[in-house]
Amino acid sequence: MKPLDRTRGVVEMAHGGGGRAMARLIESIFLTSFANPLLNQRNDQACFAVEKGRLAMTTDSYVIQPLFFPGGDIGALSVHGTVNDLAMAGAVPLHLSAGFILEEGLPLADLARLVDSMGQAARAAGVAIVTGDTKVVEKGKGDGVFITTTGIGIIPDGVAPSGERARPGDAILLSGTLGDHGVAVMSRRENLSFETAILSDCASLHGLVAAMVAVAPDLHVLRDPTRGGLAATLNEIAQQSGVGMELVETAIPVKAQVRAACELLGLDPLNVANEGKLVAIVAPKDAERVLAAMQAHPLGRDAARIGTVIEDADRFVVLKTGFGGTRMVDWLAGEQLPRIC
Amino acid sequence: MKYVDEFRDGALAQGLAGAIARAARPQRRYHFMEFCGGHTHAIFRYGLADLLPEGVRMIHGPGCPVCVLPMGRIDMAIQLAVQHGVTLCTYGDMLRVPGGKGVSLLTAKAQGADIRMVYSPADAVALAQAHPDRPVVFFAIGFETTTPPTALAIKQAAALGLANFSVFCNHVLTPSAIQNILESPEVRELGTVPLDGFIGPAHVSTVIGSRPYEFFAEEYRRPVVIAGFEPLDVMQAILMLVRQVNEDRFEVENEFARAVSRDGNAKAKALVAELFELRRSFEWRGLGRVPYSALAIKAAYGAFDAERRFALEPVSVPDHKACACGAILRGLKTPADCALFGTACTPETPIGSCMVSAEGACAAWYSYGRARGARGKPS
Ligand code: SF4
Repeated sequence: MKPLDRTRGVVEMAHGGGGRAMARLIESIFLTSFANPLLNQRNDQACFAVEKGRLAMTTDSYVIQPLFFPGGDIGALSVHGTVNDLAMAGAVPLHLSAGFILEEGLPLADLARLVDSMGQAARAAGVAIVTGDTKVVEKGKGDGVFITTTGIGIIPDGVAPSGERARPGDAILLSGTLGDHGVAVMSRRENLSFETAILSDCASLHGLVAAMVAVAPDLHVLRDPTRGGLAATLNEIAQQSGVGMELVETAIPVKAQVRAACELLGLDPLNVANEGKLVAIVAPKDAERVLAAMQAHPLGRDAARIGTVIEDADRFVVLKTGFGGTRMVDWLAGEQLPRIC
Repeated sequence: MKYVDEFRDGALAQGLAGAIARAARPQRRYHFMEFCGGHTHAIFRYGLADLLPEGVRMIHGPGCPVCVLPMGRIDMAIQLAVQHGVTLCTYGDMLRVPGGKGVSLLTAKAQGADIRMVYSPADAVALAQAHPDRPVVFFAIGFETTTPPTALAIKQAAALGLANFSVFCNHVLTPSAIQNILESPEVRELGTVPLDGFIGPAHVSTVIGSRPYEFFAEEYRRPVVIAGFEPLDVMQAILMLVRQVNEDRFEVENEFARAVSRDGNAKAKALVAELFELRRSFEWRGLGRVPYSALAIKAAYGAFDAERRFALEPVSVPDHKACACGAILRGLKTPADCALFGTACTPETPIGSCMVSAEGACAAWYSYGRARGARGKPS
């Protein structure tokens, strides 16, 4: 049995075979990066007690190319994304599980790097990856690595944000600039490389949510505008709540470089993915306080009030453009593809 | 990108809106066509219609390259990828458009055809170079702006001696389409469609210059103002058109002088003339067959012409009977007049050409303008 070569080795079928090779992989890569008492017991499950209260549970699979992008990688993303799904229920994240599907031939150095980044993201977020699984598929049957993470968290009393709770008159708050993640990832896609200093915004948002809940526990809706961007998120909420929304274009923060890149690619920043931003819909009386709390948090410095929930049987999301005109903000049809001309 | 922001300044727009409102005569109606999808996009994206007075209406023309490509040509592209097993390279916004049997390139790709999204024809040449064992075809579409890069790619492939690279050429010409609209009986004789002037294309005109429009202005007595794609450019052009109409002028004016000259880009035009020749006629989705409106690759470069190389038979698929695109493109109808709009025909399931790309009139109306329609305001 050859020892694991973390610098030049690659993932082999044997690493998923359940034998000694797999044990070595787990030992030298996963256990070192994720180390925590529950995982270290090396059982097939993690057993723990929870406080009384409501639990939130969520799962998400991560497939992204490139695996490493400016400001993050698939490992960090798989922690932040799932933590954020919990945070958007107002939950304090507790534990994560992680499932890996590795493609034969993936350099072990890459695997070690992204697993390490995953461990760091989890530690920074104060969650533990307490159980996991690894499988290996033949070369050509995967895309380097796929990761599925599941998370559970505890929801404090009196906190119950939900997509159907937006009411006419509520304020729509956005925690920061739009489109950073999508543009950072696109800038590194094969045959689309363009120079940009934009970094992905990927971050765990439960700290920001805690700061908001501290000043106004009854947040009506919380959601992170990931795939499909702000446009998709607000349309979903409008549908669920049976309301319309009116946004003010000039109030929506977008970095100049992101705007320029979108211009170049024919994309609308409202449709571009984010991984470290949230939208909060709150009662008018809470708006000022929550916004101030957001702006006082490092992940909400650029937070802004971008619009208002209105009554509208058609459930349209409309935007007052910087020009004084109005237009609808719609879901995208299918995947976002750059246009020509 | 300060340059772009300057041209979007809301206060300036309000100023222009005021000037248009003052210039437009209250008893008169003004109907202007923006030919280009880029302008259509700007009008909807920035809600410019809200800034125009009652009497000024925009008609959204056929200048969206994806929209006007007939379904038969998509079927031919799919044939190349599926029957002939080539690696087909295409621009992203072509992928989703369904062909005659409802099958798009994206569907064909999912079923195993080798279809790749590229950002320029040069990417396709690079791919052919990297895989000398695979036939690589670039699916070329677009108006005069995208033609020179295709020409360059062919020249580059010739210089490299790439035997596995060819181009499926679908390049079309702006002036012929404008002429076709002006020649249509409704516009020319019956006067049922008021068409008082045109906003001329931005990028296309940087290549062909402003001279080709002088003929229409003269012959059909319609003013043309060439304008950039920024929303302020569009507003300025509308103001210039209103003034021309008021003064009974029908000139070619150039709002986009920062990029467009009278003669265009001589080098690009020479390159195109060297490699391409006119097709006797070409089918446009929504307009039907338009004489001398498209380009084919010259025989001297026949080795790089996928149509010759794979002996493709022309495929023609009639437009859906209930689709009103042809009438919309001529300003006879609006999307709201089509029974299929928003029900059977949506951006996810486009039935007609105007719904297939974000720049098409129906798609822009659907994605950006529906709220307006629901509230009874015209676009
Ligand atoms: S809504 Fe669809 S079917 Fe109707 S005119 Fe537009 S594209 Fe054609």
